[in-house]
Amino acid sequence: MTAIAAQLAPAIARRKAIAWMPITLAALALVYLALLLLVPLAAVFIEALRKGTAYYFQAIAEPDAWLAIRLTLIAAGISVPLNLIFGVAAAWAITKFDFRGKTLLISLIDLPFSVSPVISGLIYVLLFGLQGWFGPWLAEHDIRIIFAVPGIVLATIFVTFPFVARELIPLMQAQGREEEEAAVVLGANGWQALWRVTLPNIKWGVLYGVILCNARAMGEFGAVSVVSGHIRGETNTLPLHVEILYNEYNFAAAFACASLLALLALVTLIIKAVVERRYLKEQR
Amino acid sequence: MTAVPLTFKRHSVLPGFHLALGYTLLYLGLLVLIPLSATFIKTFTLTWPQFWAAITSPRVVASYKLSFGASLLAALINAVFGTLVAWVLVRYRFPGRRVIDAIVDLPFALPTAVAGIALTAVYAENGWLGAPLAALGIKVAFTPLGVLVALIFIGLPFVVRTVQPVLEDMEKELEEAAHSLGASSVQTFVRVILPTILPALLTGFTLAFARAAGEYGSVIFIAGNIPLVSEITPLIIITKLEQFDYPGATAVAVVMLTVSFVLLLTINALQSWARRRHAQERTV
Repeated sequence: MTAIAAQLAPAIARRKAIAWMPITLAALALVYLALLLLVPLAAVFIEALRKGTAYYFQAIAEPDAWLAIRLTLIAAGISVPLNLIFGVAAAWAITKFDFRGKTLLISLIDLPFSVSPVISGLIYVLLFGLQGWFGPWLAEHDIRIIFAVPGIVLATIFVTFPFVARELIPLMQAQGREEEEAAVVLGANGWQALWRVTLPNIKWGVLYGVILCNARAMGEFGAVSVVSGHIRGETNTLPLHVEILYNEYNFAAAFACASLLALLALVTLIIKAVVERRYLKEQR
Repeated sequence: MTAVPLTFKRHSVLPGFHLALGYTLLYLGLLVLIPLSATFIKTFTLTWPQFWAAITSPRVVASYKLSFGASLLAALINAVFGTLVAWVLVRYRFPGRRVIDAIVDLPFALPTAVAGIALTAVYAENGWLGAPLAALGIKVAFTPLGVLVALIFIGLPFVVRTVQPVLEDMEKELEEAAHSLGASSVQTFVRVILPTILPALLTGFTLAFARAAGEYGSVIFIAGNIPLVSEITPLIIITKLEQFDYPGATAVAVVMLTVSFVLLLTINALQSWARRRHAQERTV
């Protein structure tokens, strides 16, 4: 009896020593996340309200801020639906058929994610800017793309390009083709199969891709900064407006506008978490 | 992938292949591939010595060292703490776990300009964390250390999100077996857990590195942007553009794009390795 106890003693001691590990590790992880994520997030709202609520609402209600919000909504309103249609088309082609070069195509769709935002803006300047390929022709016909709204929309489309497609491809791959094939064999045409069979199956994936795409579209800074020209009230999106206010040392107003974008981020995270849970529930 | 016979596409009863693939290729070509190749073609307006001079001037070289050095360091720190956070989220149950799990994605959802000004406010010499650090003699904002902090912030979710699913699938019995056979916690981690999560960990590390190397918005506010000291490569591109030095900006962009493409290939190879490992473990 005692011999066994003596043999087990080191193991029991180890177990007791290990019991401290979870607490230490969890505490370390939580402190790290709090310092890195929560402190800056809280700083946005506290700095925004530093001069009081009256000043806060005044900064948001300013005409330039409104025009910036409007342009942000326009850019996201055009780029998100276009990338949604592209995402569904790409996922349909890639997951419902077998063809050569499929792996390459998937890599190419992901390409914009590995390009620096600054370069994402630069490529359109090289095409449509005054010194660019189509620059002289555009100038002759009085069409402005760079330093104007079309350039901002193009840059936004580029940086948000893969979002919907990369959510839908693995999802539709996992769901297979049998349901659509059954629908077509029973007489449905392709559009009916897409609308009545595929889309109801992937609705959470679509929503997930769209909210992530939208968050990036509304918050994009680097790419839009290169093509915008920073014309106040004309080519300023909300993130660019934040930068201008900040560089003018108007910190309270800059953080007030930034707090709107931080709220957008929080709403995005909440919807994302809800969608994930819904999806997991439906899987069971 | 299933073997594709000699024809380009295997027969399928589903319609819409040509429309979906045609649209995908058109959209991808017009918005991504042609603009990106314009960058490479533009550099041909430079002679080789001009190109070499543009990409090796002292200020540009200093920016590579900072951008790639700080990105590497940030990715390493994220590899360690990302694994820790993933471990704590998967293995421990504590109140608020779901909220913390959701907040890990904050750097993905928060616009980079907002992150930039928030981090600057927190780490400035009179900021919440900057003041105590300054008392210790550590200056963060407007130094290369500030660049590192911003890059750690934006890279945080990558390692957590790649390692987390692998840990979730990992059987606890393996660790318990190692423990009961007399392995210490450190031995269990190094011999049992680490080999299992390694492919995912490397994928997350490379993703974080690639994102950090091209990052612009969250860095420029906190960096101070002192030439030769705290100037990142994407900012060099912007500065050259503002001076209408388009060929110079393009030359530096080509260097960055080449690095990103190499990283993208690495990520793809790592991911297929991770998938194979994962599939093997499932079947064993």
